[in-house]
Amino acid sequence: MQNISVLITGIGGQGIILASDVLADAAMRTGWDVKKTDSIGMAQRGGSVISHVRMGDVVSSPLIPTGGADVLFGMEKLEAARHCHFLKPGGQAVINSYGAPPLTVATGAKKYPEDEAILSVVRERAGKVFFIDGLKKVSKLGNTRALNVFLLGALSVLLPLTEQVWQEALEAKLPSKIIQINLQAFSLGREEVKNAGIR
Amino acid sequence: MQDLQKISAGSKHLLSGNEAIALGAYHAGMKVATAYPGTPSTEILENIARFEGVYAEWSTNEKVALEIAMGASYTGVRCLCSMKHVGLNVAADSLLSASITGVNGGLVVVSADDPGMHSSQNEQDNRHYARLAKIPVIEPYDSQSAYDFMFLAFDISEKYDTPVLLRTTTRISHSKSLVCIKGLSEVGARRASFTPNPEKYVMLPAFARKRHEVIENRILELREYAQNTPLNQVLKGTGSMGIIANGIAFQYAKEVFPDAAVLRLGMTYPLSEQLVREFADSVEKLIAIEELDPFIEEMVRGMGIEVSGKDFIPITGELSPEIVASSAKKAGLLEDVESEEPACRAELPLRPPSLCPGCPHRGLFYALGKTPRRIKKVTSAPTKPTAGGLVITGDIGCYTLGAYKPLNGLDTCACMGASIGHALGMEKAGVTDKLVAVIGDSTFMHSGLTALANAVYNQSQITIVILDNMTTAMTGHQGHPATGISAGGKKTQAVNLENAVRGIGVDEVVVLDAFDIKALREAVARATESDKLSVIIVRGECAPLRARSFACRVVDTSVCTRCNTCFKLACPAIQYKDGNVYIDPELCAGDNCGLCDQVCPVGAIGVFDEAVKE
Repeated sequence: MQNISVLITGIGGQGIILASDVLADAAMRTGWDVKKTDSIGMAQRGGSVISHVRMGDVVSSPLIPTGGADVLFGMEKLEAARHCHFLKPGGQAVINSYGAPPLTVATGAKKYPEDEAILSVVRERAGKVFFIDGLKKVSKLGNTRALNVFLLGALSVLLPLTEQVWQEALEAKLPSKIIQINLQAFSLGREEVKNAGIR
Repeated sequence: MQDLQKISAGSKHLLSGNEAIALGAYHAGMKVATAYPGTPSTEILENIARFEGVYAEWSTNEKVALEIAMGASYTGVRCLCSMKHVGLNVAADSLLSASITGVNGGLVVVSADDPGMHSSQNEQDNRHYARLAKIPVIEPYDSQSAYDFMFLAFDISEKYDTPVLLRTTTRISHSKSLVCIKGLSEVGARRASFTPNPEKYVMLPAFARKRHEVIENRILELREYAQNTPLNQVLKGTGSMGIIANGIAFQYAKEVFPDAAVLRLGMTYPLSEQLVREFADSVEKLIAIEELDPFIEEMVRGMGIEVSGKDFIPITGELSPEIVASSAKKAGLLEDVESEEPACRAELPLRPPSLCPGCPHRGLFYALGKTPRRIKKVTSAPTKPTAGGLVITGDIGCYTLGAYKPLNGLDTCACMGASIGHALGMEKAGVTDKLVAVIGDSTFMHSGLTALANAVYNQSQITIVILDNMTTAMTGHQGHPATGISAGGKKTQAVNLENAVRGIGVDEVVVLDAFDIKALREAVARATESDKLSVIIVRGECAPLRARSFACRVVDTSVCTRCNTCFKLACPAIQYKDGNVYIDPELCAGDNCGLCDQVCPVGAIGVFDEAVKE
């Protein structure tokens, strides 16, 4: 098989590392070679976080080259746009519509880009963009903490991994007391992309 | 965190390089592990601290850590000492001493280098230490090799009576890949016992002269070992080009040149000339792909073998598949493939790191920035020299972020503990500015104590601020001597900072609440106008460690004059929204902080009823 590369972006505190751990675990359970690498930098909370996940028969570099990602998975929309050059021309993007203003925007020095501006940057690279209001959808479950798993559910539709391995990976990586709500969030996310309009 | 100790032999797991190093060392029979936290090395000891039957500690600094590992090694048990690259500068004295005495139980020193400076103040290639100390250096290229190489590293250490340097990098330490587990080796049952052997362990000149000859012979024997060690592998390929690569650069080489022959070096010092020459003879063109310095390349060239590498691969920064590819294209080694970057990306606003909402360091920087001396210094810099201002020398930790605007709270930052020395140097050179050194609690324990003794002894008049957030925050909240919490999370004896400072001989010592702006401003004003050596301990628990407060601050927009004073705090929660000042309740630290309502000149910020209801 051709290797599959997924780039996950967002900000500290969104559960990106957990999301990429679950994806990598699901790939391992499928019997593939897998590598993942995270770039966290100096941020405790609120800084830019990137995770590269690559899977296939044999994976060499854990870092995805520019133009090498099959899917861009953005949990914060500005960070998704910032890293869209990793996407293969014509690749797919799943982007959460949540926006967290960086300090440069918060102080009024810079403007947070409009949705259309962000999407036009992403579309320079992406063939398909799923732009989802994850926070709104997941709040139906009464717990916004499962947002990362909801978005993983949305991502899962685009990857050739079975629901079975996803469920096993989630059960392996999440504490048992929050597993039920996360499995629900995962299903909701799947439905979202299956039924979704593409932007 | 995954419980690595439960992992059984024969199973396969997705592990980070650091987890693999920890588990490999444990399975190889390590009994003592020491470290000082530092990105990207921290998780090695964090994982080891959870293993039963292993003594693991956060040491005061890397030098102390390595000396403890040496002492334990002398008793015959296997020991590991881990640190980030700059930590080995601190421990260099001990490393060279460990080289000359040699070991008894295996001693592996892990240096985690940070090419690209993801979280470091410099970029350095610690393989040079191996050559300086005349010891072998081993470099894993993924998590499996990190695990496997630990067994070999301990064996080599004992067989050749040498400390072994295991060098990893951020990308190896922080990447996860699959690892097949061998399980616990037989070594474990050793008992610690020390047999005096002055000619080996007491480095008086007469004994050390003999030991120098021993270590020169040792490196010759290791050079022979390098020829056939399983650490080094030739991977056959097609085509005329051959690549010598190590560590993560090997993976990028495979990605960019999947069919080329590769000499993958797991031991990059010493090199076997025969091994390299045989490989070079089997190819028409030889290139070396390595991150940072041309360490391998220069040794190969020194053998009289033609090789290229750093003439087209960057010497600075972290490599990546596209950097290797684009460098190779420029050198004519790859066909040119067009790749265009999305054009509008450059216009997106940046997201620089900042102090967390509720950070206990923020108030002090705000108070320093409000002093007339500091305002004078900041507004005149960098256009003209000023006298009688306030210079703030800084140190290594989260508070280094205080250097960014609008806090403008640091003028220097170099290495652990240097804030105090820098201030003393400027004072002794004769500047007329008041000097304040800002240092964190963990950094003060690491390298500040001796500098403070120097300040007392040499009659300094500077002010030293210890930002005491009661943890080693930047690396992810590890204990240190003043926290009284061990690496295993147990309560232990805490060093009392104020007693230590007074004991060294400082008379002017105050301890302040990090969130009391009035007290901070008064103390700073007093200290900066005094000619006595003083220490201000600013105490407040690190924000992410505190229970969440829901008493979020809100802005009464009918009162707010948009004077922007609150923005001087550089709090990520304070923002502009629809033309008004707004505090993001998801980010606000509430009653854990409350700095913004203290600094607001018109009382527009507070906890209002609506917010409480929400």
